[in-house]
Amino acid sequence: MTVADRVQPVDLDLAAQPPSSAFRRWLAPATFAVFGLVNIFVLGLYSHSGDATFAFSQAFAKVTVPNLSLPAATTCYVCGAITLVIAAVRAFAPLGMALKRVSIAVVVFLFIVALLCWADAGLTTAFNVVNLLQGTLNDSIPIMLGALTGVVCSRSGVINIGIEGQLLLGAFTAAIVSTVTGSLWLGLVCGALAGSLVAVLLAVFAINYRVDQVVLGVVLNTLILGLTGFLYDDLMVPYTNTLNSPPTFTAIKIPLLGDIPIIGPVFFDATVFLYLTYLALAGVQVGLFATRWGLRTRAIGEHPVAADTVGIPVLAMRYRNVIAAGVIAGIGGAYFTIGSVGAFGKGMTSGEGYIALAAMIFGRYTPFGAISAALLFGFMTQLQSIMSTLNTPIQSNLLLMTPYIVVIIVLAGLIGKVRGPRAEGIPYVKA
Amino acid sequence: MSDQAASPGPATSPGPATAGAKEEERGPDGSFGRALRDAILEGNTVTVTILAIFTAFVVGGLLNAFTNRTVLHAWASLFSAPGHAIATAWDTAVGAYVEMFEGSVFNPHTVAALFQQASFSTAVHDGYLSAVFSPLSETAVQATPLILAGLAVALPYQAGLFNIGAQSQLIGGMIVATFLGYGVSMPFFVHVVVCVIGGFAGGAALGWLVGELKARTGAHEVIVTIMLNYIMAYFLTYLLSFGYLMQAPATSNQITSPIAGNAHLPLLFGSHLRINAGFLIALACAAGVWWLLNRTTIGFEFRSIGKNPSAARVAGMNVERNWVLVMLIAGGLAGLSGATVIQGTDFTLNFQSYGTYGIDAITVALLGLGRPFGVVLAGLLFGALHAGAPLMQAATGTPVDMVEVLQAVIVLFVAAPPLIRTMYRLRAARAGGVGGVMSKGWNA
Repeated sequence: MTVADRVQPVDLDLAAQPPSSAFRRWLAPATFAVFGLVNIFVLGLYSHSGDATFAFSQAFAKVTVPNLSLPAATTCYVCGAITLVIAAVRAFAPLGMALKRVSIAVVVFLFIVALLCWADAGLTTAFNVVNLLQGTLNDSIPIMLGALTGVVCSRSGVINIGIEGQLLLGAFTAAIVSTVTGSLWLGLVCGALAGSLVAVLLAVFAINYRVDQVVLGVVLNTLILGLTGFLYDDLMVPYTNTLNSPPTFTAIKIPLLGDIPIIGPVFFDATVFLYLTYLALAGVQVGLFATRWGLRTRAIGEHPVAADTVGIPVLAMRYRNVIAAGVIAGIGGAYFTIGSVGAFGKGMTSGEGYIALAAMIFGRYTPFGAISAALLFGFMTQLQSIMSTLNTPIQSNLLLMTPYIVVIIVLAGLIGKVRGPRAEGIPYVKA
Repeated sequence: MSDQAASPGPATSPGPATAGAKEEERGPDGSFGRALRDAILEGNTVTVTILAIFTAFVVGGLLNAFTNRTVLHAWASLFSAPGHAIATAWDTAVGAYVEMFEGSVFNPHTVAALFQQASFSTAVHDGYLSAVFSPLSETAVQATPLILAGLAVALPYQAGLFNIGAQSQLIGGMIVATFLGYGVSMPFFVHVVVCVIGGFAGGAALGWLVGELKARTGAHEVIVTIMLNYIMAYFLTYLLSFGYLMQAPATSNQITSPIAGNAHLPLLFGSHLRINAGFLIALACAAGVWWLLNRTTIGFEFRSIGKNPSAARVAGMNVERNWVLVMLIAGGLAGLSGATVIQGTDFTLNFQSYGTYGIDAITVALLGLGRPFGVVLAGLLFGALHAGAPLMQAATGTPVDMVEVLQAVIVLFVAAPPLIRTMYRLRAARAGGVGGVMSKGWNA
């Protein structure tokens, strides 16, 4: 038993907390119940008759998995019933933290199964689950990398709202460098450096000049949006061929692992960006929680005065971390151009940096949490784009709203207040 | 560090503090000129802001001079004709600003045209006089929504909340104001008022939602407002996609029918100038917010909670209820901003009517240092940039995105007074300046 285990944490902020209310206690079970009722009364009752078929292999896969057919309406009823049971358990039985999180995951999973059954019921084409998951993982790359950047910055005590700007400048730089030099790898490196260039601005103004970091981030985003838009109109449009037609990375299939059914094509058959994401995730997770650097980083984010007292250079370390983290977001930005579509477009990141920020808070400032939240969002986006081609009577703009609505519902109904690193956003002034 | 040197710069004469204060009033050696020079060199808020704007224009000019196509061609022949290259760069950079100035403040050509008219009465009648004031009118028109949306960011900022979602609230206001504008028939004055109030209500509903979610569930307002921005943008497109919702009949475009003439905000100076009562609404709201913040109990509670929510709670203030209230008012202001755009200039609602007001509002609020009158001045400045941008693009080919760059750079420099002071070798301000004071975490 270590000292840390015996000392009870003292919540200095107690007075700032709203008094815990019955409302808060019943919110999660009520949200669960709503999901359950929707499963039964909306998706179950209004589904077309017939089966929903799910395919688990792509064409030309070496090992194929048989399709799965489920009776659509019945599956919706079953999912709804299980969800209601979970809601009751959550309401009346004392669950631990881990079980609570598992229950959230199960409820969301059942809802998605019911939703897919409802959407695919009675169609002759099978719904390809592998395509869905593959698309999810690839489309989430910038959000995942942006969220990891956010985690490192926040843990160091700096709010980084400039992720959007980092992504955008990364995308812009990668496109222009790859086109001019013809080298994808050089484009990737320069894109990464562009991300940390924005981070340098963030660091100088946030750490040195103590500018409010939320506003600073928004301003940096405006600056980068304006700058890239200006240069795009001024240079890229007239010289498209020489400045804005980069090559793109192709998918690399990892031998053996890539042939495993379902898992293979989803996780091990992608561009270098996905593998870099694995690397970044592992690096941040291990770095933050298993190294001296991580301990110090968390210390300057929680209690910089204490960290300074034991000799950790708070300001220098914040500088280093913020700028280094910028590299991750820069790579995420490069994905937009040389990882997927090639040419740069004005404002092409379309707010994914803000989504990454949301994913970071959502994931409670932990690398795995942030990645899970990013994937949830990417999944909803992917689902939405597939659903719009299926048998759904919902108008596409309403479908486009769903990922954002789900984020609000999950945040308000299930997660609630997320406590960030205590010193996040507060500039450190050496006494 | 310069900002730590809060000791009085010029008045360092030894003696009690009161004597120093007296000396300040009439200047160290009694000369008014000396006092004025000290006041400027001291790097107070006004000086810093003006220098920040100046620096931003220099940065923007350099950017323009080094990326413009004509200039790039001239640079290519730098060694054969160096004078030409530099002259072209200078002309391009300055020319863009001249056009911007002519589009937003004053265009000499209009005055020349005015004097060429046969008589003053024909000049007035044919709109030549109006043409002289047209740039200023455009600046006011552009500033109106920026001021209102800027207030919608500045007010919650005083209460410690970050309203990134002015865009969603603005869309909410636009939807309600437009619907009341074309869907209802009413007499002139009543219709205008009903639509404006509707706009306020539309925005306030969304602001309330954000506040309520934060107060009841702890959902962070930054995330909720960002998500709502997307949701409302898609919702607007959805409404404009169906004839039975809000799409105008007999069109495939995503646009509503024009609002009734009775719902137009009245023009202030005749039919040739677009300046309308919306500008007065914006000024009145700024005054109202100032009054609310500085002269009422509610405002006192807002500011207390913004400074220190724990202390405010201990002092018996209901933090949650104030969060809801401040977001409700802020949402309403953003909604008003949307209503003035629809009723003052656009008259119809399309899927892009919300423009970049939501993001611009944040820069306006920061440049205004979160204070109502600062927001008015900042809104006028950025309004002028927006008003001048189209002429600049048409005349010199400089992309309008230049405006975004200028805005961002101005705000960056304004937000970091020590940087400006170092650049221009100013002394630190006596009253501590504006930097650092605004910073706080977001874990409130």
